[in-house]
Amino acid sequence: MNQVMKPKREVGIIGYGAYVPRYRIKAHEIARVWGGAEDALPIDEKAVPGLDEDTITMSIEAARNALARAQIDAQQLRAVWVGSESHPYAVKPSSTLVAEALGASGAVLAGDWQFACKAGTEAMQAAIALVGSEMADYALAIGMDTAQGRPHDALEYTAGAGGAAYILGPAENALAVLEASYSYVTDTPDFFRRAYQHYPEHGNRFTGEPAYFDHTLTATQNFLELMNYTPRDFHYVVLHQPNVKFPLQAAQQLGFTRDQVIHGLLVGKIGNTYAGASLIGMTNVLDNAKAGDRILLVSFGSGAGSDVFSYIVTEKILERRDLAKRTAFYLGRRELIDYARYARFRNKLVMN
Amino acid sequence: MAENLAPNWRLREQRYQLVGNVCLNCNAKFFPPRQVCANCRGTEFDSFQFSGKGELYSFTTLRSAPAGFENYAPYSVGMIKLDEGPLVEAMLTDVNEDELAIGMRMEMVTRKIREEEGERGLIVYGYKFRRDNENEEKRNARR
Ligand SMILES: [Zn+2]
Repeated sequence: MNQVMKPKREVGIIGYGAYVPRYRIKAHEIARVWGGAEDALPIDEKAVPGLDEDTITMSIEAARNALARAQIDAQQLRAVWVGSESHPYAVKPSSTLVAEALGASGAVLAGDWQFACKAGTEAMQAAIALVGSEMADYALAIGMDTAQGRPHDALEYTAGAGGAAYILGPAENALAVLEASYSYVTDTPDFFRRAYQHYPEHGNRFTGEPAYFDHTLTATQNFLELMNYTPRDFHYVVLHQPNVKFPLQAAQQLGFTRDQVIHGLLVGKIGNTYAGASLIGMTNVLDNAKAGDRILLVSFGSGAGSDVFSYIVTEKILERRDLAKRTAFYLGRRELIDYARYARFRNKLVMN
Repeated sequence: MAENLAPNWRLREQRYQLVGNVCLNCNAKFFPPRQVCANCRGTEFDSFQFSGKGELYSFTTLRSAPAGFENYAPYSVGMIKLDEGPLVEAMLTDVNEDELAIGMRMEMVTRKIREEEGERGLIVYGYKFRRDNENEEKRNARR
């Protein structure tokens, strides 16, 4: 029984692109408004989408960056898949509009994926399968969110906005080749949002141990064992990052050093970008990696589960990564806003 | 019942991707696309995808917005001279009024333009322009 997944045809990342909105709010500004403790904040600041932005517009920009690096025509894509928990419509796919805006509409699969923060890597697994089975040469997988937390809820400090897009294709044209992937899920009700509800519910302390840590650690340990790897075999590890503390603690428990984690840890500056969180950590790593580096990517989504991927960077990274805006561009592009402007941007006058 | 679905739908390529056309006789490029060439009166065209890069030609800021755009007010609108020639009128985004200057490099992005019939209706997406300052931002990121 083979639990590790490897495609029949070798597959890799052909192009990738990040997106983060321009606006930021400091966690201490949120604490100031609600009278929270300012000394134990989970992040420094988080990204806030502008009034004219949503998961669709943000996916379009990340995907345009990915296409620029992939150097393929949008019409060569056979799948446009968007993983998110903040699709603008309850009924009407985000992915068809994203496909149309990229010039990919027509003979293409399109669909929206849903699995809390794992929706983006679930789309990546499917894209690998589509290419690996030779059903298609190129598939686009996006993880993007404009997450919302109820005013004064713990999630309000961290619910950020951003994500990344990946074009998967044949390994010979890849800037990072997939070695194998793995997935681990159980039914765990740590976080959910019912239909028609504006804000999610979560189990407070329950979200840590049985949810995030159990799935992230078990999935990673199982994968390492099945692949016969140890943390030392990797140059970088990128983990899902609901706050700064969890991924650092998980990495340490797994035996990774701080240096292996830090390039892919962006949550302190942009907040928890949910379906985008591990994927945009990965774009920053690719922006900085060199040929031969092995990268471990581990997502986590409430509900709950983790996807694990091992990629090896190729020489093609050098000629491709400057064909689009780097992750650092979006991190550097920032305008601080106060809580009043934030409330207007996020339509926070809805209190239930 | 949702209104304006068909007219919005017909414009989607133009709006999402800045697709205009190019005159097959004299190579003049147009946005929005034209039926008759303004330069040579030619009538044969190919569709043409603009790069989305250009310069700010003029701008103004609207403090009270027309119906359907109230949610975004105040916001700036501008004329952008595309690198391929045509002038395009568009909403500007991700920019404060005091940052704007004639001649500034601009780039096209796809954003929400308006929502029909408030929260129940169609969300209309289309091109807007923002400041193209990648090199400036790179310096900020290093600081
Ligand atoms: Zn002409």
